[in-house]
Amino acid sequence: MIERKDVEYVAWLARLELSEEEIERFTRQLGQVLEHAEKIKSLDTREIKPTSHPISLKNVMRDDVVRPGLTQEEALSNAPRSEGGYFVVPRII
Amino acid sequence: MDELYALKAWKLRELLERREVSAVEVLESVLGRVARVEGEVRSYITLTEEEARSAAVSADAARAKGEEAGAAAGIPMAVKDVLCTRGVRTTCGSRMLEDYVPVYDATVVQRLRLQGLTMVGKANMDEFAMGSSTENSAFFPTRNPWDLGKVPGGSSGGSAAAVAAGEAVWALGSDTGGSIRQPASFCGLVGLKPTYGLVSRYGLVAFASSLDQVGPITRDVRDCATLLSLLAGHDPLDSTSLPGEAPDYLSALEGGVRGLRVGVPRELMQEGLTPGVREAVEGSLRLLEELGAEVSEASLPNLDYALSAYYILAPAEASSNLARFDGVRYGLRVEGAEDMLEMYGRTRACGFGAEVKRRIMLGTYALSAGYYEAYYGQAQKVRTLIVADFEKAFSRFDVLVSPTSPTPAFGLGEKVEDPLSMYLSDVCTIPVNLAGIPAISVPCGLEGGLPVGLQIMGRVLEEAVLLRTARALEEALDFRASPDPVRGEGK
Repeated sequence: MIERKDVEYVAWLARLELSEEEIERFTRQLGQVLEHAEKIKSLDTREIKPTSHPISLKNVMRDDVVRPGLTQEEALSNAPRSEGGYFVVPRII
Repeated sequence: MDELYALKAWKLRELLERREVSAVEVLESVLGRVARVEGEVRSYITLTEEEARSAAVSADAARAKGEEAGAAAGIPMAVKDVLCTRGVRTTCGSRMLEDYVPVYDATVVQRLRLQGLTMVGKANMDEFAMGSSTENSAFFPTRNPWDLGKVPGGSSGGSAAAVAAGEAVWALGSDTGGSIRQPASFCGLVGLKPTYGLVSRYGLVAFASSLDQVGPITRDVRDCATLLSLLAGHDPLDSTSLPGEAPDYLSALEGGVRGLRVGVPRELMQEGLTPGVREAVEGSLRLLEELGAEVSEASLPNLDYALSAYYILAPAEASSNLARFDGVRYGLRVEGAEDMLEMYGRTRACGFGAEVKRRIMLGTYALSAGYYEAYYGQAQKVRTLIVADFEKAFSRFDVLVSPTSPTPAFGLGEKVEDPLSMYLSDVCTIPVNLAGIPAISVPCGLEGGLPVGLQIMGRVLEEAVLLRTARALEEALDFRASPDPVRGEGK
């Protein structure tokens, strides 16, 4: 069963700052959904291969030729902050 | 004659080509309708009237010169706000993308532009397409034009409501677990989820990449075939796009269902169906028999596990896809953080709504060390079993038929506080996405004044068979009801 500390840990992994109220609510609701999901564990699937994709496509290659792309201005046009052609972010360390 | 806004696309195209009406007249009829009903229905996040007007003017100019105007020219369309539109903000129903203005078009949008796309606006949706009611939109819920107290379904609820209310003639939706078919069903429309890979996903904001497909929401099967023909075909910009050009679905529409082997999976006809849904579906099956189809019971034995597998796999893929919303390159950023980690955490806390957070949490949990094999790995194996179930059924049957949803449209607010019951309402549509096969929803009756949809599922790339079956049924049923509360003037 999922506990509060699991929710806090997963929120950290997902880079989500949750409120006290959200932690409580998600502990309850994720528990319910996972309980429903428990039933798949009862299936014997030792001989079954996993499906990650509905169609079996191999790696798709194309010739390495130059094509039109975004300009630097376009690529930066939605950035919350940019300067001198760079994305600006808060300090990392 | 009906008002222009209420006509089907093929009828409008006939009138336009005979120059009996102009594209500007059609558009003004639809915009007039928007002005009257949008305050109540709320189908659109962003209206693009000016862009639509200039497209309509171009369509008229081309036709006046005797040029080919394109199959979408002058036919007002709603585009789900999950598809990137160059220069028009694309929110995905989220605060995270409230001010995001794409610098490129989704491939499907680009294809439609070449056909004269006349876009009325960007349609409301559950945030990041996560939901079955459009109540998870960060901006406002959309109401069902048939009953303003009911949801239009979701996640493509704005697209379906717009078409049902006469605020657009046809629409684009996307479907990860039923998000085209269920709203089409709730709003009395035709909706098709194509075979995975038939329609390009380039420029579709990703939810669960192995399940997502773009498809049409229309007023009849003929319009559905036309729009699908415009959307389908290989796209080098999508590495999961199937090779080859799509057939012309319109030419395969007639021909009927004589000899067609129709299977009815008993697992989808069990508990949970409302009496009206059961009655409408059984009535359709009798009709198919009368039309010469061979109807018998089918079985998808592992179906009971499909929902559980889906609600592990889709959130897992979503948690990975939505990692890109980090406040750096586009989208919301919460300022004032001391460092990067704090900025990520606060931005994502502020930008995502409750359902999106819930799914990110669920998916991250299912992918985390110690749980990966038990949940994600096991769900992928269940997916293999579902695929095998369908393959076996399709060795005996040409199509499989079920309700699209176990109930008609439910009430606004009815399931918001109970995510699990909302998830359970997708039981009939989800297996189709897991298997990657195509399915269509077509109106088959009413219960308590609300539309009921019939789902027809087919083999990979057999959209033509689905359309032909749906067309035969549509013709025999002659489903002509239209939404009451917003039907006409002065009501």
